[in-house]
Amino acid sequence: MDWVNAIVQGTLLGGLYALFAAGLSLIFGVMRLVNIAHGDLIVLSAYVTLTISAALGLNPLLSLVLVVPLMALLGYLMQRLILNRTMGEDILPPLLVTFGLSVIIQNALLVGYSADPQKLNAGAIETAAVPFGPITVGVMPLIVFVTAVVVIAALQWIFYRTALGRAFRATSDRQDIAQLMGLNRAHVFGMAMALSLAVTAVAGVFLGIRTSFDPAVGGSRLIFGFEAVIIGGLGNLWGTLCGGVILGIAQTVGAKIHPGYQILAGHLVFLLILAVRPRGLFPRMD
Amino acid sequence: MDTLKVSRATRLSTMAMVMLALIVVVMAAAPWWAGRADLRLFGEIFLYMSLATLWNLLAGYAGLVSVGQQAYVGLGGYVFFAATMLWGMSPFIAFPVAMVLGAAISAPIAFLIFRLRGAYFAIGTWVVAEVFRLSFAQVSALGGGSGTSLTTAIVKDLASGRDGREALAYWFALGLVVVVVGAVFFFLRSRQGVALTAIRDNELAASSLGIDVWRTKFLVYVVTAGLTTLTGALIFLQKLRISPDAAFSTNDWTAFVIFIVVIGGIGTIEGPIIGTLVFFALRETLADFGTIYLIALGFVAILIMLKTPNGLWGLVRGRRGIELFPLSQRVRGLSEKGT
Repeated sequence: MDWVNAIVQGTLLGGLYALFAAGLSLIFGVMRLVNIAHGDLIVLSAYVTLTISAALGLNPLLSLVLVVPLMALLGYLMQRLILNRTMGEDILPPLLVTFGLSVIIQNALLVGYSADPQKLNAGAIETAAVPFGPITVGVMPLIVFVTAVVVIAALQWIFYRTALGRAFRATSDRQDIAQLMGLNRAHVFGMAMALSLAVTAVAGVFLGIRTSFDPAVGGSRLIFGFEAVIIGGLGNLWGTLCGGVILGIAQTVGAKIHPGYQILAGHLVFLLILAVRPRGLFPRMD
Repeated sequence: MDTLKVSRATRLSTMAMVMLALIVVVMAAAPWWAGRADLRLFGEIFLYMSLATLWNLLAGYAGLVSVGQQAYVGLGGYVFFAATMLWGMSPFIAFPVAMVLGAAISAPIAFLIFRLRGAYFAIGTWVVAEVFRLSFAQVSALGGGSGTSLTTAIVKDLASGRDGREALAYWFALGLVVVVVGAVFFFLRSRQGVALTAIRDNELAASSLGIDVWRTKFLVYVVTAGLTTLTGALIFLQKLRISPDAAFSTNDWTAFVIFIVVIGGIGTIEGPIIGTLVFFALRETLADFGTIYLIALGFVAILIMLKTPNGLWGLVRGRRGIELFPLSQRVRGLSEKGT
């Protein structure tokens, strides 16, 4: 039963990883950009939530109403003012600029909040649990998982059912033709980054409620998100959810074997899948 | 007509090479004229110069942007500690052992992560570095997560006195940077190097000319890994203490190195050398500011990437393509022919 429990908990943890990954997957799909600062932006949203919920006395979950638009605005500005200048054939400039942003965010958080671990306090809901037969499932992990499914369904809907999504897909296919058809490439990219950081805000709040965080944890969140994207297959959002779940299960099962193997097991499963299925399990694009 | 000829050297590059040789001689004598603190600083500068030159070969020439070279730096440190402390090797043998082992391990890794393209390759290298870090944290014979120190017997094995030891570690660092820069220089002048330069300029055109792109990149990755592992062994010989977090630190062995190369000028031999000097000049004057210094460094790197992607050396070099290291072939005597 312990093993079934580990798999159930891993699946729910996978929901969180899918939230880390969805934003990465989205911007890669639209503009082939890999944002090295993604993990640090997740941590940044956790700190922004910390400040807002402390200042207004709000539950961190409720403060999402403010944090999501705030992060989306930040994403739009970051894309328009900085990242759009680096977009082109050469992959080096966006990579190095987002790497620079990552270092700046990390150290700015260190200056502003010190290296002490922080945690978001969501109240009684954090410890609430519901029994499913012999297995007990925490309410909070369940909420995270359901949110991940809802977020991915929403992104899917935006991508395939709205004018914005059509603009995303058109720009993704051929930037120059999309531009000729009257789409403003710079604005479309800005909107994609805004959407990505809106998802990041949700991921950051759930991260902060689940575990303690400090300015240095962004890197490993980026890696988890990236692994979920690659396992699931590039350009496939439901695949990303699946990748997150596989990574989550690998980690909880690894931790069950030996506490020191949790993260290592996740990385090894990722490398194994890369060796066997280099394009991921459900690839949509190259 | 016989004035028309093709050569690599210019008057400037010949002068620069002579100057460089003089500088190396003067620096080799540093244990006699510099203090202990200066000697350590010079040693650190040479080690970073090697790391930057190697990363530049990887990212600037082969287009393999890695953010996981700390995997090999840490591996070098750990292999050096294991070889001397656990396997009872002499430190002098442990260095080549580390280098060969690093190159050997990098080959299967290359097979795996070369499946990832561009920026995804970058994060893939990071995953590999994390696997190394987490694995070495499990090795209890080397202190597990908290790390271990080099025993005094091994340190004494190098040289008896402290001065002699520090001088030796310094000469190793100087020797390493000469070997690394020299190796990169002669590699770039070789047939393989010309192929690599062609790949840097246009991968598609290069492969249509019959260059095996995959093989060339693979070769560069493995050679770079071996030399980075050797650098790692020397870094931790200087530090005398190793722990997983220090050995596989992304900030120390990748972030700083990337900033050095970007500020100096990526894709040139001169860039990483100039970048290292600028980096240490900034660090020595601004180090008291700690994290603010890192933030400023990040801003400078972004600004350079946006405004002058060729870095400081790119500004100096200008459109005339000045080179201190004679690499490009030039036709001489054309202007005389015209008159």
